[in-house]
Amino acid sequence: MPRFESIDHLREYRRQLIAKRDPNQPQVLVCAGPGCLPMGSEDVAAAFREELEKNGLAAKVVLKECGCHGLCAGAVRVLLRPQEITYQHVKAEDVPEIVEKTLKDGQVVDRLVYEDPHTQEKAAHKKDIPFFKGQMPIVLRKLDVIDPTSLDDYLALGGYRGLRKALLEMKADDIIDAIDKSGLRGRGGGGFPTGRKWRICQEVEDEPKFIICNGDEGDPGAFMDRAVMEGDPHAVIEGMIIGAFAIGASKGYIYVRHEYPLAVSRLQMAIDQCRESGFLGKNILRSGFDFDIKISRGAGAFVCGEETSLIHSMEGFIGEPSPRPPYPAQSGLFGKPTVINNVETWANVPEIINLGADWYADIGTEKSKGTKVFSLVGAVNQTGLVEVPMGTTLRQIVYDLGGGIRQDREFKAVQTGGPSGGCIPPQFLDLPVDYDSLQSVGSIMGSGGMIVMDTSSCMVDVARYFINFLYQESCGKCTPCREGLKQILFILDEIIHGRGQEEHLGLMEELCAVMSAASICGLGKSAVNPIRSTMKYFREEYLSHIRDKKCHALVCRPLLKYTVDPETCTGCLACVRECPVGAISGKKKMAQEIDQELCIKCGLCYEACQFEAIKIE
Amino acid sequence: MVWKISDETAYDTLGEEVRLTINGVPIRAPQDQSLLVTARQNGFEIPTLCYHRDLPSEGHCRLCVVEIGEYPRTQIVNSCTYPTQAGLVVQTHSETVLQARRLVLELLLARTPKAKLIQEMAAAHGVYESRFKTDDPEELCILCGLCVRTCREVVGVSAISMKGRTPDKQVATPFMEKSPACIGCGSCAFVCPTNVIPYTEKDGVRTIWGRDFELQACNVCGNYIAPKYQLEHWAKLTGDPVETFFVCRDCR
Repeated sequence: MPRFESIDHLREYRRQLIAKRDPNQPQVLVCAGPGCLPMGSEDVAAAFREELEKNGLAAKVVLKECGCHGLCAGAVRVLLRPQEITYQHVKAEDVPEIVEKTLKDGQVVDRLVYEDPHTQEKAAHKKDIPFFKGQMPIVLRKLDVIDPTSLDDYLALGGYRGLRKALLEMKADDIIDAIDKSGLRGRGGGGFPTGRKWRICQEVEDEPKFIICNGDEGDPGAFMDRAVMEGDPHAVIEGMIIGAFAIGASKGYIYVRHEYPLAVSRLQMAIDQCRESGFLGKNILRSGFDFDIKISRGAGAFVCGEETSLIHSMEGFIGEPSPRPPYPAQSGLFGKPTVINNVETWANVPEIINLGADWYADIGTEKSKGTKVFSLVGAVNQTGLVEVPMGTTLRQIVYDLGGGIRQDREFKAVQTGGPSGGCIPPQFLDLPVDYDSLQSVGSIMGSGGMIVMDTSSCMVDVARYFINFLYQESCGKCTPCREGLKQILFILDEIIHGRGQEEHLGLMEELCAVMSAASICGLGKSAVNPIRSTMKYFREEYLSHIRDKKCHALVCRPLLKYTVDPETCTGCLACVRECPVGAISGKKKMAQEIDQELCIKCGLCYEACQFEAIKIE
Repeated sequence: MVWKISDETAYDTLGEEVRLTINGVPIRAPQDQSLLVTARQNGFEIPTLCYHRDLPSEGHCRLCVVEIGEYPRTQIVNSCTYPTQAGLVVQTHSETVLQARRLVLELLLARTPKAKLIQEMAAAHGVYESRFKTDDPEELCILCGLCVRTCREVVGVSAISMKGRTPDKQVATPFMEKSPACIGCGSCAFVCPTNVIPYTEKDGVRTIWGRDFELQACNVCGNYIAPKYQLEHWAKLTGDPVETFFVCRDCR
């Protein structure tokens, strides 16, 4: 890697790089994203390496292990360019066939291509798959084609062009104006206008200033930031350098969870490459601007995703929030002005600078511009990472991209924004997804988790799950959040165990009102969303748990009643053998009976019965 | 601009005087002084549990909340850290504020049903019993953090800190072991509003945070002054010989 001494040097290097690369050269791109890696993408890549070697194609075919390809339900995914054929559920043993048929003969291996969950229609090419059709990748654009460990790959696709433009053609104010005009809002959840945040920090007369990238993604089921840090680390770094230049910061930190070791090593590798080639360090690209980035690892507390807690954690104190004002942009890390933005926000910056604020502002809705990455998980057919323009409806995301609900069940709710988001019921499926619309129905954008639930979910149980998570992650600093969450969790447990009373609902509403108003930080303030939204939209479920002691989704075990249907029971005694408490009795070859006093509702009898004679109500 | 939340003890650092209204009364107060101090100086009583004039405010208890802004765009903030600013409209006893204070006290009453101070404060707000569940009826700590801040800011040794999360959070020495940093001064126990920090003195030995400290007797009257260890800490700070401190305040 050369050290770029000037902008022209960079331009020349990029020109040569692109000239050297043949766009028609066959490429095998194996997904090594968060979804595919545990499914064995390393084995698949090794098999390709071996097979290409064996067939004498090693020099002709480029093999790369890339970042997330998006449609994680089909792990391990392989993309073959230039035909753009995408295979799913690829195993190491499928590799010889792919090499033989596709790489040598140009045929498609039919059994490995995408199949529509409803029509069973097959689609081999990326552009024909509905999951990819409705998307508009900006942040995820390069993920499935570049090798995240290669700076050349990033440069060949226009990387550091935004930085070049920022340093060469723009003044600090122009950059902030551009970000302001683009309408970019914080992608970590708060949705604060990024340009305004930068401006506040730029105007504070204090030195030094800091830049922080918040990579403390802690929402259960969310992996957007992880995919970006692992798959395109240079985009984050480029965004940070541009931001630092704009506000006049000399030092940047990337705060990553220790649980993301791959993200840490990829980012570190990218930082080292940047230092070597002159994108970081003293006098960047001979512009006179000095900036360096360090990685700071978090110990895995959810609350450290909150900016003031994150800063305290970085300073070596306990990760607890502090009341604002002062805001970090005025007094942040070590009491100095600090701009803190989420991974996705930073990754958007180079594209905005490169392609212009107007281009970005044209995408999305009036108040929410650009695209948003969601990790679409739960009861949909096609789970994975999606990036859609703001304003795309929930229906489009769940049905067009997600391929509808698994096992053709009915859609019940979608929870957006991580554990402290609200559950949105079916009547809002046509809601455009943007910051303000989500807030209007009692949920939040959050960092982009999207958990789809079908009729097999009990909303009381769902609320309990998220409250339990938040209760355990509450830092315990302020009374409303610490004690309030504990009491809500206790009440939900009472309801789930059939001891709930109708007054409990009012009590929870009271707690929610005070928690959302009087907690220190966003954790406590937004922790009420799962409770409020489920009580509002699924009140009858709470009431059936309380009044009738029934859980219609058959989830809350303490409320279930297991009985034996004497008509269908064959008396095979399979259930008797399984029952851990000896609650089932009866003669052999005769109908059995369950002693309700003894039954602990573990459900083992239900699973053991081959004649569907065990009934649950 | 850098926010500096000041206290009545530090007039020299206060900003220029600004006008605001509290409960409809026009008031002048130094900019950036905490709203709590501004309100109290002007006769508006705001209850607090974790506030102490000699310590930096951190906003643990949320009793001091006030409502700022004008209907319908109002906001609940804690007055102990919120700065006094020109044009602020503050309500110290609005219905929302009182509701929040009552519920916070009710939650604390459920946490520490036997704490005298909480019982009294709750009663003053019309809360006589809690509708919430009590886990440990003997619990007395309200996690206000006064002890931790005193040890860090006043004593300057940081021998104790908060440990863990959730309501199970505790004030503790590192790894719950005897802390070599502790000088046995007992300031934490002194400042504790619910008297929960175990502290005993017997036969010239003070026991606190699991450590025994030999007490130094006054060279003149023979009464115990303080732990020897604490006096050695003082000697280290001032550079004086430790014997300088072997005379109690009354005999000096």
